[in-house]
Amino acid sequence: MIQAIFFYIFAASAVVMALVVVSARNPIYSAAALIGCLLSVACIFVLQSAHLLALLQVLVYAGAIMVLVLFVLMLLNLSRDELGRRRITVRRVTGVYLVGALVTLMTIRFTKHLWAPAVSLEPGFGTIEEVGKILYTKYLLPFEMVSLLLLAAIIGAVVLTRKEKGDGR
Amino acid sequence: MWIDYLVWTVQNLLFPVVVPVVLLTGVILAVWIERRGAGFIQDRVGPNRVTLFGFRNAGLMQPIADALKLLVKEEFIPEKADRFLFFLAPTLSMIPALLTFMVIPFGDVLVLGKYRIPLQVADLNVGLLFIFAISSLGVYGIVLGGWSADNKYSILGGLRSSAQMISYEISMGLAIIGILIVFESVRLNDIVRMQGDLLFGFLPRWGIVVQPLGFLLFFVAALAETNRIPFDLPEAEAEIVAGYHLEYSSFKFSMFFMAEYVNMMVASGFIVSLFLGGWQIPWLPTEALVAHVGPILTAVLQVAAFAVKLWFIMWVFVWVRWTLPRFRYDQLMGLGWRVMLPLALANIFVTSVVPFVLGVY
Repeated sequence: MIQAIFFYIFAASAVVMALVVVSARNPIYSAAALIGCLLSVACIFVLQSAHLLALLQVLVYAGAIMVLVLFVLMLLNLSRDELGRRRITVRRVTGVYLVGALVTLMTIRFTKHLWAPAVSLEPGFGTIEEVGKILYTKYLLPFEMVSLLLLAAIIGAVVLTRKEKGDGR
Repeated sequence: MWIDYLVWTVQNLLFPVVVPVVLLTGVILAVWIERRGAGFIQDRVGPNRVTLFGFRNAGLMQPIADALKLLVKEEFIPEKADRFLFFLAPTLSMIPALLTFMVIPFGDVLVLGKYRIPLQVADLNVGLLFIFAISSLGVYGIVLGGWSADNKYSILGGLRSSAQMISYEISMGLAIIGILIVFESVRLNDIVRMQGDLLFGFLPRWGIVVQPLGFLLFFVAALAETNRIPFDLPEAEAEIVAGYHLEYSSFKFSMFFMAEYVNMMVASGFIVSLFLGGWQIPWLPTEALVAHVGPILTAVLQVAAFAVKLWFIMWVFVWVRWTLPRFRYDQLMGLGWRVMLPLALANIFVTSVVPFVLGVY
């Protein structure tokens, strides 16, 4: 019961924050709301007993990536004139229509499982030990492929930011 | 049974309230150590004149007078400031600071008959990660506070802070990996308990003994994460006046101020738990203590041991602050990325290879 109450609180705050992200005029507010949205989703993960996932979400997305986003936004430091006024464009109308369609489809798809019987969790679900075991046995190949992809991205970033010799910059 | 309810209340209601209150009260002691320590190091007396009901207590009343002064000062908000974020930022820096201490154990599990009371607010399976995750949110108070004031110096402070936090968080996280390999757990209480063992029969198996390089890296990173000199570039007075809290006054300033000291206490508690044996009293395991002086006195002694170690690290923070000059910004980044990151990676490599060479596995 109490879990359901908390779920609705965090779910509502996640949705509201997401709406602020796309509707705020000031990009700093969008970024701040995105942090709030990520935190709300992390709280929902905690309610689902996925503690490790929740903390990684906070650590990586809310704690590290969003700091960089804010860093860039602060460097730009757009003034009110540069941001422009609120306008209704074809692109925005299409976007609203597509979001509505997506929400409808998802509602139809997921309410099918609404009355499915509850399944009890295995002991140790969501702990570091269990997630680690699954990652290194059942999902070893995808896990290693993702690490290779990340390594390639890191090397790419280093190559892109390195100064060429005699570039004079 | 009323005693069941009592134990439940202590665990679930009393600890979560008492621990933040103790932390906030500790700020008084921290400020006192800072100011009197500064006086001691600079060969002067330091503030010792404030009296309360005729008690001078070597200046211990000074921080209370400071707090009162800050509370009754005029509150000034810049005209072009973003008022919402300007109000929010001090809170954003305070809450993560108080939350992080919740997973740090300040004593072994207190066993009273059939009741087991862990002396820690929350014994999380992911305790270590919790500290990293929540403390990484503390930077938003500084960044948003710096931006919302609409002042070029405070924006510079916020920018510096975000870059610095990201750089040193990486070394901090990697410095911990060695400890995790050695103690094979991410539960803080397990890590502390394992530091009660003895190496070669006489040396306590503290983190600092088995991971000296890890300790050094972690300590330096902790200095940087708490914005202490030599890493206090976000508020460097000589260059950007007061950095991110330049436009703050009165109670909002004091919240930033208190958050800094609470952060220091959290960092000290974390260092003590990981590297200095936490609540362990050297050569006196819990079982032996309980057998001789009973469970309650054991708990008191262990909490006292934890407090002594924590305040020793706080003193080292103060010591460093009044001894070293501030880094230049390029030196700060150079140290973080070119020295500490490779050293932390080397530490992980050595820690994982040595047991195989010695044939421990």
